[in-house]
Amino acid sequence: MLKKTVTAASAVLICATALSACGSDDSSASDDGTIVMGFAQVGAESGWRTANTDSIKASAKSAGVELKFSDAQQKQENQIKAIRSYIQQKVDVIAFSPVVETGWDTVLQEAKRAKIPVILTDRAVDTEDTSLYETFLGSDFVLEGEKAGEWLVDNAADADVDGDGDINVVQLEGTTGAAPAIDRAEGFAKAIGSDSKIKVSASQTGDFTRDGGKQVMESFLNSEKGIDVVFAHNDDMGLGAIEAIEAAGLVPGKDIKIITVDAVKDGMTALSEGKINFIVECNPLLGDQLMDLAEKVIAGEEVPERVVTEEGTFTQEQATAVLADRKY
Amino acid sequence: MTDTLHPRNPPTPPSPPAAGRPDAVPPSRPGVASRVLANPLLWPVLALVALLVVNVSATPSFLDVRIQDGHLYGNVVDIARNSAPVLLVALGMTLVIATRGIDLSVGAIAAIAGAVACTRIVGAGDEGAATTAIMACTIALAMCVLLGLWNGFLVSVIGIQPIIATLVLMVAGRGLAMLVTDGQITTVHNDAFSDLASGYVLGLPLAFLVALAMVAVTAVLTRRTALGMLIEAVGINPEASRLAGVRSRTIIWTVYVFGAVCAGLAGLIIAANTNSVNANSLGLWIELDAILAVVIGGTALTGGRFSLLGTVVGALFITTLARTIPNIGIPSEANYLFKAVVVVAVCLIQSPRARSVLRVRRPAPAALTAPKGSHA
Repeated sequence: MLKKTVTAASAVLICATALSACGSDDSSASDDGTIVMGFAQVGAESGWRTANTDSIKASAKSAGVELKFSDAQQKQENQIKAIRSYIQQKVDVIAFSPVVETGWDTVLQEAKRAKIPVILTDRAVDTEDTSLYETFLGSDFVLEGEKAGEWLVDNAADADVDGDGDINVVQLEGTTGAAPAIDRAEGFAKAIGSDSKIKVSASQTGDFTRDGGKQVMESFLNSEKGIDVVFAHNDDMGLGAIEAIEAAGLVPGKDIKIITVDAVKDGMTALSEGKINFIVECNPLLGDQLMDLAEKVIAGEEVPERVVTEEGTFTQEQATAVLADRKY
Repeated sequence: MTDTLHPRNPPTPPSPPAAGRPDAVPPSRPGVASRVLANPLLWPVLALVALLVVNVSATPSFLDVRIQDGHLYGNVVDIARNSAPVLLVALGMTLVIATRGIDLSVGAIAAIAGAVACTRIVGAGDEGAATTAIMACTIALAMCVLLGLWNGFLVSVIGIQPIIATLVLMVAGRGLAMLVTDGQITTVHNDAFSDLASGYVLGLPLAFLVALAMVAVTAVLTRRTALGMLIEAVGINPEASRLAGVRSRTIIWTVYVFGAVCAGLAGLIIAANTNSVNANSLGLWIELDAILAVVIGGTALTGGRFSLLGTVVGALFITTLARTIPNIGIPSEANYLFKAVVVVAVCLIQSPRARSVLRVRRPAPAALTAPKGSHA
């Protein structure tokens, strides 16, 4: 008896919430002029991502945009679900950072049919039909890889730690299939191609995590002879590699040079301590640019298909100088 | 009313107490060779050896161990050290599976343990002190006991199927861990905590020793007392064992708490390994690795007989497999495929039916008559 009552009550409650949710969405969607943005974030896998999330939330608030935010916990199916629910809620604009590059055509078609513009942030999708999204705001990962490679070419003499004339690089890749992992590897390979002494002797995914970076690096330290340089696709894997290198009785930054991408606070700290040699910045603070683009897209203005965020690079000295006011 | 309080596990007709079933004892006394062949540990151990052979042929120095800063250093030592979390989780999982249950929430519990310990350490007045680390770990493990009590309550008192009951915490637990850390990666600076994963005692990795100590304690508790037999009895037939006077509810409750504590310990080791906790990725999918370790070790998912030694071999196998991928240079795109092929192969050679099919294809009748006349 009690069971039935509870079931009935909860059913009524669920219906009521569902209805009220629909109601409020209908009224808020562009009637009163406020923009409703649905944002499907990848997750909170790194300090970088958290800074990215905070920037988007803060910019939405100051721009008066109503933000519906979801965290996909690194899963594509969660992101697709979130995007579908935004379509149902009839938001004004959808923005998301795709977990992986492929498999988005169906859900983006649905958004297009519902006439909801889509803005990609931070990561691109791999699709034939570029009309599925309005614009892609984010870093140029190929360029980041190139910057890392160019630094190594410029500092080749220093980087040849064991002095055998060859520079052996091991690469810690990001999540397999993710745009930053593919593009950073491509840019890096292109840049080091100009110097025949530099070659990548081993490459394996560390899933963008410290634990992954540490375990892969432990293995490389045993299986690869004469590693001179580690190129990690993000700071976290580089930090994991530092621990593995220290456990092997070597000095990170001296016995093995380390290059990473991102420039999050923990990474910058290690850079200023001399444990990392060079960091290519990947700027997560793109909230303001995103809100700007969203307003233009909704107003029907032309936006460029590709908007690149401003980013630089850091050497050890530069890191020490800026570390104190680093936001993330 | 009182009816609903009884555990309603899959209904099976009452049968005589199953604890002393004779099928555990081999019917005749076979020779050494066939006893080795019949040993359920044979195949997992062979698979582990085969994996090591593959690694050595790819990197001849794979098994080399040297002294580095006063402790042993090398691939084998790394494998032992990195196997500790999976081994611990699989240990708890073995007992849970022996009662015909399963615990999917261990990964989330590991994340909660890591999150609680790290935030306690960061928030403490003296971040680097050993007492801070001990306090933080104790609180984290106490939290795990509560989570285990919750799982055990859902399974043994409410009578929800284990896969569903633990799914609740699997999904909610990671959210809880993120709540504790605010979704941030929390970095800690505490040498004592770091030693839990990266420290060495007598040159051996402390994490592995902790895991082995847990295995030893569990082995003594289950094999030197009646506890192991009671767990198996509950797994073989919960209703019959209850009618025979076994407190099946208490037993089931206990194994879930034990599983949660093991998972918590694993979470602490994973967090200590990188001196940080990432609630999103800590212990992600470790429940599947642990279940795999248990199954490779020869414990059936249908409950009943379990093998702790098999679980140890299974956990070592999985960690060695993870190390094999970078060692022999499998490209990132293919490493899940490689893992899958190896696991399928190992499960196939372990299955008596698959083996007999493979054997029959060859000289046919000899294999079928072999079990009767053991001429070895």
